[in-house]
Amino acid sequence: MHWLRTIAREILGLFVDDGSMAVAILVWLVLAVPAMRHSAPSTRWTGPVLFAGLVATLVESVLRFARRE
Amino acid sequence: MNIGFTNLGTTLVASFLASLVECVEALTVVLAVGSVRGWASPLAGVACALAVLAAIVAALGPALTRIPLPLVQIAVGAMILLFGLRWLRKAILRSAGLIPLHDEAAAFQKSAAAIRSSNAEAAVSSGPENSRRLDRLAFAAAFNITMLEGTEVVFIVIALGAGGTGLLWPASLGAVAALGVVTALGVALHRPLARVPENTLKFVVGVLLSAFGTFWVGEGAGLAWPGLTSADTDLAIPVLMAAYLAVALCLVPLSRALHRAPVEG
Repeated sequence: MHWLRTIAREILGLFVDDGSMAVAILVWLVLAVPAMRHSAPSTRWTGPVLFAGLVATLVESVLRFARRE
Repeated sequence: MNIGFTNLGTTLVASFLASLVECVEALTVVLAVGSVRGWASPLAGVACALAVLAAIVAALGPALTRIPLPLVQIAVGAMILLFGLRWLRKAILRSAGLIPLHDEAAAFQKSAAAIRSSNAEAAVSSGPENSRRLDRLAFAAAFNITMLEGTEVVFIVIALGAGGTGLLWPASLGAVAALGVVTALGVALHRPLARVPENTLKFVVGVLLSAFGTFWVGEGAGLAWPGLTSADTDLAIPVLMAAYLAVALCLVPLSRALHRAPVEG
């Protein structure tokens, strides 16, 4: 059963490397997606706004790592 | 959801490249075990692991089709985003030289040394019991690494395949093609595939998966894209790929410069 634990650990590792980036992505999806869903009929820019938020989390994570190391 | 040719093609390519990375990692260990202990037991371990993985795909694939598609797209899109952006972040940091590149040759040497070490320990004692144990060890090493990397491939196939009706086949085909390519390379080379530029591959896969994840979350939530109607939203995928690639390529020199710059204050 040791290999099952190893697989579980590896699968978690697929998603989480920088914990705060993973949390930021989930928070953005949970907060922004329902809000944009309601405003979708009135604007065509909800998709790019979703993309912009995700890019912001990536940029913040990479630059934070570069400053720290 | 309208599944266009763009979506089918990009699903196949994303699955192929993502699976290629995992297959190369598994092959490195299997080659190390086989070159030290002989090929029968490790190949049996690989075959058993592949059979278990095939059963997992058969069990989970159809089950996903019973869940409402928008819910699957948002959930799977979120998961794809989590590991796509994670891969992209790591590839950017590796390209910038902030974290070391993954070295398949070093991984091969490490695995071979570990197997040789256990071989020497077993040789001290004698008897038929030990030869059976040695076989089990080679079998278990190959089984474990194939299950480990293979489970990740299965997850990728199921996640990419859950994006819409008919996408499980191109996703599976991509993974099978990757397995075939890596197996052929392994047979031809009989040594670690250090020549495969793994970080370049991870960079491309990170871009593809991030674009897919963003697109699927958007599709599931009913988000809109400028200039596209609901019939041609597939066209957002290549645009997202180009946008993620541009951002990632800008981040490589930026993070390198920031790393070298002295911290003020």
